[in-house]
Amino acid sequence: MHGYDSYKQEIDDILKSHESMPGNLLPILHAIQDSLGYIPGDSVPVIALALNQSNAEIHGVISFYHYFRQTPPGKNTIRLCRAESCQAMNGKALEKYAQKQLEIDWHETTSDGQFSLEPFYCLGNCACSPALSVNNEVYGRVTPQRFDEVIASYREAAE
Amino acid sequence: MIRVFISRDSTALSLGANLVADNLQKVVADKGLDIELVRNGSRGLFWLEPLIEVETASGRVAYGPVQTSDIPSLIDNGMLQGKDHPLYLGDIEALPYFKDQHRLTFARVGKTNPVSLDDYVAHDGYIGLNNALSLTPEDIVKQVTDSGLRGRGGAAFPTGIKWNTVLNAPGEQKYIVCNADEGDSGTFSDRMIMEGDPFVLIEGMTIAGLAVGATRGYIYLRIEYPHAYVALNEAIQSAYERGYLGDDILGSGKAFHLEVRRGAGAYICGEETSLLESLEGKRGLVRFKPPLPAIIGLFGKPTVVNNVISLASVPIILDKGGDYYRDYGMGRSRGTLPIQLAGNIKYGGLFEVAFGITLREILYDYGGGSASGRPIRAVQVGGPLGAYMPESQFDTPLDYESFSAIEAVLGHGGIVVHDDSVDMAEMARYAMEFCVEESCGKCTPCRIGSVRGVEVIDRIVKGIQKDKNTTLLRDLCDTMIAGSLCAMGGMTPYPVLSALNYFPEDFGINVDADAA
Repeated sequence: MHGYDSYKQEIDDILKSHESMPGNLLPILHAIQDSLGYIPGDSVPVIALALNQSNAEIHGVISFYHYFRQTPPGKNTIRLCRAESCQAMNGKALEKYAQKQLEIDWHETTSDGQFSLEPFYCLGNCACSPALSVNNEVYGRVTPQRFDEVIASYREAAE
Repeated sequence: MIRVFISRDSTALSLGANLVADNLQKVVADKGLDIELVRNGSRGLFWLEPLIEVETASGRVAYGPVQTSDIPSLIDNGMLQGKDHPLYLGDIEALPYFKDQHRLTFARVGKTNPVSLDDYVAHDGYIGLNNALSLTPEDIVKQVTDSGLRGRGGAAFPTGIKWNTVLNAPGEQKYIVCNADEGDSGTFSDRMIMEGDPFVLIEGMTIAGLAVGATRGYIYLRIEYPHAYVALNEAIQSAYERGYLGDDILGSGKAFHLEVRRGAGAYICGEETSLLESLEGKRGLVRFKPPLPAIIGLFGKPTVVNNVISLASVPIILDKGGDYYRDYGMGRSRGTLPIQLAGNIKYGGLFEVAFGITLREILYDYGGGSASGRPIRAVQVGGPLGAYMPESQFDTPLDYESFSAIEAVLGHGGIVVHDDSVDMAEMARYAMEFCVEESCGKCTPCRIGSVRGVEVIDRIVKGIQKDKNTTLLRDLCDTMIAGSLCAMGGMTPYPVLSALNYFPEDFGINVDADAA
């Protein structure tokens, strides 16, 4: 099984379990991304049909929200805060450092598939800036050295 | 059994609270000791996190900031008996940062187990709801109106008036929507409430439901707060199990249902009409107003949309009365504001005080000056759409009217501090860039104006037709202020113009040199 067949059942189940929920499109998209890591392009017509909307409407919603992605992410997603509070504590230098260490730009995934890098605007950890998160874990007062330690801990965990 | 408290707050976790908690349990188990570890909210003194508090016969004793390597020596020195140690802090509530606060909304945060309903009730939780159940909807609304409570968004609209509109709006189904899309840099009070005392928000929303006749509520939570999502859902589940939510609240025959919905990383969805669109499953485009959401809101029905802190302030008002709350504050800014101190500041954190405290007191008495030790040069209050304030404005009291008199905003009470290494032209450019990134695109001044804004600032900084482009930038800002549909485009000029007005030298605009 590959392509759509490999996740058809999951998407069907998600659509079914959200059938009677008012305003269900975002919860459906979240459920798909939670489960697959992204929202595959070939699921769009299926969602559209189930919700009696056009493909364009579904695509419009997916592309409007920064969090939703249409390509598979790396094994770990690093979200780096770019907002003012982090900027006040050398956040910009950290952004550059992270991109250099990972050898990728925003929205890209490292060649070994380990890390994706996403810009974020405020993790609510502003009293301990600069901040980043990896998957759902938040890290505060991130120096380049601490960045390396955090990344290393996920690399080790992966190995 | 000895009770020990270590926070589950995101910021505490970001500094290693989980490692500290795991290590403590291991060391304690190795020694054959028995403790009850409570994962509480944070007291808000973040430079002391990870913080450990131990319950002793003479009260709670704190130690911090604790790293895992400190645990063996803490235990050996008698931490569990509240004995001395280099990290000993004593009673956290007696520290200067804490003791002068007026903790009304945050009364329980850091004290209790956030997801224990028993703990909540034992610390005066649900008194407000019990009182509300014996009042008429009109009387509940009157209490909130009398309290002087205002929304913590940019507009600072009186909560009681909003509720009254929804109460009087005709409609079979009405909704309570909590705007938990706190996306402003430097703000984290919503997050701390939702992680540290989720029941107070649930109680506030339930009271709001009783007040206006709404049987269903939604918390629209930003995706950036995964720990809040967990805590809210744990709390909602136990509220249902114990009859505080559901079809028959505490046997009153009144219904209220509550659900958390996740946003998806769009700053604009903190604007109330965009938020409603998003909840309905659409792109978060702003709606024209009128009609007000109070009349035609979620799914076309009358809807109360309030921020987390507004709703979380309701239980204390219904507990102690509107007058009690109103007696804090100054002018038309009544009650308390949870102030969040962030950015380049020595003692960053949250403290709740009555309106009227000055910025200077906050920055130096509470904050201890900058973290870098350099002079504080600019302070942005109220998020990315708030003005940058120079040192000459540091004596402004925190009060909605005093701030708007100098074209600044208080908003959510978030304060971001920059030292003298900041480049204010870069910050102005960032404000426009943020608007490019986050504009919903519905109205032209915001969508196109922000793109033009970045270009024009770049030209000014490069020295290309400096005077002409500065005039153009001011013109553009006027258009955005006057012509945008919502605060995104309408307030982006605040940080830009304040940077230009108070820090012109950073744009290469030197008054003397230009005159020469």
